[in-house]
Amino acid sequence: MTQTHVSTIVNGDAVEFLCETDETLLDVLRDRLTLTGSKEGCGSGDCGACSILLDNRLVCSCLVLGVEAQDREIETIEGMASGDELHPLQRKFIEHAALQCGICTPGFLIAAKALLAQNPDPTETEVRYWLAGNLCRCTGYDKIITAVIDAAAEMRGNV
Amino acid sequence: MVQVMLWGSLTSFTEGRTALEIEAANIKELLERLEEHYPGLKPTLEKGVSVSIDGMIYNDAWFQPINPDSEVYLLPRLEGG
Amino acid sequence: MGTHEPAFDVVGTRPLRPDGVEKVTGSAKFGADLTAPGMLVGKILRSSHAHARIRSIDTSKAEALPGVKAVITCKNFDKAKISPAKQNILCNIMAQEKALYDGHAVAAVAAISNQIARKALRLIEVDYEVLAHVTDVEEAMRPSAPVIQDDMFTVGVTPQPTQASNIAKRSEFGHGDVEKGFSQADVIIERQFKTAATHQGYIEPHACLANVTQDGQGELWCCTQGHFMVREVCAELIGMDISKLRVTASEIGGGFGGKTTVFIEPVALVLSREAGRPVKIVMSRDEVFRASGPTSSTSMRVKIGAKNDGIFTACEAELKYQGGAFADSPVQLGAMSAFACYNLENVKTVGYDVATNRPKNVAYRAPGAPMAAYAVESVVAEIADRLGIDQLELRLKNAAREGTKSSYGPVFKRMGLVETLQAAKVHDHYSAPLGPNQGRGVASGFWFNFGGQTCVSLNINVDGTIAIAVGTPDIGGSRASMCLMAAEELGIAYDNVRTIIADTSSLGYNDVTDGSRATFASGLAIINAARDAKAKLCARAAKTWDIPAEAVIWENGCAKPAGANAGNFAPLSLAEIAANAEKTGGPIAGHFEVNAGGAGVSFATHIVDAEVDRETGFVKILRYTVAQDAGKAVHPSYVEGQFQGGAVQGIGWAINEEYIYGEDGKLQNPGFLDYRIPVASDLPMIDTVIVEVPNPGHPYGVRGVGETSIVPPLAAISNAVSAAAGVRLTELPMSPPRVLKALEDSPDR
Repeated sequence: MTQTHVSTIVNGDAVEFLCETDETLLDVLRDRLTLTGSKEGCGSGDCGACSILLDNRLVCSCLVLGVEAQDREIETIEGMASGDELHPLQRKFIEHAALQCGICTPGFLIAAKALLAQNPDPTETEVRYWLAGNLCRCTGYDKIITAVIDAAAEMRGNV
Repeated sequence: MVQVMLWGSLTSFTEGRTALEIEAANIKELLERLEEHYPGLKPTLEKGVSVSIDGMIYNDAWFQPINPDSEVYLLPRLEGG
Repeated sequence: MGTHEPAFDVVGTRPLRPDGVEKVTGSAKFGADLTAPGMLVGKILRSSHAHARIRSIDTSKAEALPGVKAVITCKNFDKAKISPAKQNILCNIMAQEKALYDGHAVAAVAAISNQIARKALRLIEVDYEVLAHVTDVEEAMRPSAPVIQDDMFTVGVTPQPTQASNIAKRSEFGHGDVEKGFSQADVIIERQFKTAATHQGYIEPHACLANVTQDGQGELWCCTQGHFMVREVCAELIGMDISKLRVTASEIGGGFGGKTTVFIEPVALVLSREAGRPVKIVMSRDEVFRASGPTSSTSMRVKIGAKNDGIFTACEAELKYQGGAFADSPVQLGAMSAFACYNLENVKTVGYDVATNRPKNVAYRAPGAPMAAYAVESVVAEIADRLGIDQLELRLKNAAREGTKSSYGPVFKRMGLVETLQAAKVHDHYSAPLGPNQGRGVASGFWFNFGGQTCVSLNINVDGTIAIAVGTPDIGGSRASMCLMAAEELGIAYDNVRTIIADTSSLGYNDVTDGSRATFASGLAIINAARDAKAKLCARAAKTWDIPAEAVIWENGCAKPAGANAGNFAPLSLAEIAANAEKTGGPIAGHFEVNAGGAGVSFATHIVDAEVDRETGFVKILRYTVAQDAGKAVHPSYVEGQFQGGAVQGIGWAINEEYIYGEDGKLQNPGFLDYRIPVASDLPMIDTVIVEVPNPGHPYGVRGVGETSIVPPLAAISNAVSAAAGVRLTELPMSPPRVLKALEDSPDR
């Protein structure tokens, strides 16, 4: 078992790691880089709890291999707030009680951020379809949708 | 004496009766007397039951008082999700 | 509503939850998020046979693989020393003589990496003698069915059978004379129903990290609804003193009842003991579906008789629930709750608890009630249609109220079913127009709610802030409610209170967070612990002023002389008394321990609009409204969240979710792709109405709210779909093929 050396950028920092060739990027993030904010709910790309941005594209990190991170830029939930200032989405999730247990929350926040980056003023239906790859079993999605729409409004300056 | 009501399937251990008259001032005495008079109930009681006294449900609260005119039901052990 | 409800300062407001930042930044530590130095990876080998005798297990090749540190089987547990009550738990976490279902654990390994652990599993050789299996409830009840447990003799029938079968017990509830009642009826409707098994579907798979050291002490970190339960069960299964095992509850990524027992925790502890190193086990999603969870699939018959004016004369139900390999179905709760919404002179329910070659049933939100309510409320809807009476009006005519003798026996105390029906009736949803192929359904539902063993510690810090330790894991934001109740009782700011979930060595025993009990029971304990602390704070003030303790009262967060006669002293705030604690007698804390009774019953009424695509059979939920009695909503946002979440789990159960077994007895859809829970694009907003009819058993009137919300949806949606389709549907889930078949079989077609 020869491990592969990988150089990448995670949340703005240059990072190097060794990993098995069959190891998922999610396992690398969690087990080798101690970034446990990304969660494994299914390991098959169905639940979205491991959502990250890879070169600004929304992906399930359980479906990406660690070795594929070479020379790429990764953003995880740990990189979403700037210092002690929460991202508007993070703040709105708390304000609207858009989380109950919180296990799906990191994935939803990353996915919502990706949505607002390309569509700053989504309709309720657009939000629902964009987030259809993220499973939440607690909330029934109602307050999540409200939080995303409210955060979008704030980010557009309409408050 | 208090009247204690059983659920239907226990009647096979109580000569077909669903209402029993028992001398008991609290849940502990109630469960002890029931087992004494109707040994067939023992496995059910050991597995755990809930007791409803005047509409309030208790699990294993031995010293919960029972008034002579209290409405008392023996219920399967309640559990939630 | 009512006259002497207390007025609240902070209870009923919507402050930010205290653990919000951790959860939105990814720093909250869930079950799989902890590591330990020298940690090994634990993995479990599972049977791929639905039913098989285990002739032998050869672990020698796995043990010889470099990097493998321990391999265990049932031989590593001392079955003879386990109490009868826990035998089934043991047999479920590690198969004994037989593998009883596809996914049943048969062996486990601990190794230095994932890769090696997986390889080791492949090297374990199990010699199976494959046996005939049964997974359907009706088939399992037939005399010709393969018997799963050789010592299962039906309880509750006279005389008790001497031949083993898959029927574990028969239970009967009710009162009056249903035959007489049916003879008085003008209309009688009787129907058969079936529902598929569903899984709680929590997004976080079971995970734990165990460490047993050479001195025989153990530590366990795990995601659970009850870490004290985990400690006691594990201690017994692995033969350890309870005091030597310390269990810490991680943050928990959903439970819904599914995390009220143990699966991997005793296995990880034994692996760690054998290997002498920490062991982490994390279930895959496939394992979660095949080996944890599900609730019953059912077959049910319901018969209701009514007079022409709508008054029910008799109600009868026969419920058959399969409870997996150990017959743990919640059929008794289903039978007790089936007709709880109605005031009935004649009612009878019979339940059968049946074993099948499926995973051991575990509680799922209001266990047993949603299926029974589905069958009952479907027939109620048909009665209303037959008699031409409005759906809500018919339910109001027959509704149980305070003083009604419930269908399970006891007379109801103050409760809010009628209020939820009235709230539904005046809601604009109920009178909104419908389009073609659309239908509206309503249904009511009931749940008991529980209290149970609860213990809290409330410490006053020197700066006047409060640290509360509770023992009920926070699954849905309950910490916020705990802080609110403490702030209310002490008269201080919400932000000055912090609540943590204490580990098992830091606090007395607490029952599992189930039965919608956390906010009710831990809340009740916090209020009483705060009252205990206030008495002590008043005593310190009294000493300071040198007046009798009885002459001091607590008001608006301060100790004050009770009146002019007590003396003229400026009030002392909580912070001022706390600052002097060392000088006035030492630390100040409030405590309360209780086996809480008094959990008030809970009722809800749901309205739903659905649209049926007549070409594909696809069902779309268009609009949904929940009205539920919360007693007193401590934090209304999280109460709404419980209403919405339960409703949506119900939507999944009604139209999508289903355990599908093949002819070979294997689960065919153990993943989120094929076991499809609702996603955001399937759903509308879920409107909520919080009804508040105070629970007389709680100082603030609080009722549990977590479970009732999943009881009405199955029926409400089936009623809506049936109205839209123009034909009565009697089987769940109402997946497109089933709806299409119902449309094709309909006589109107």
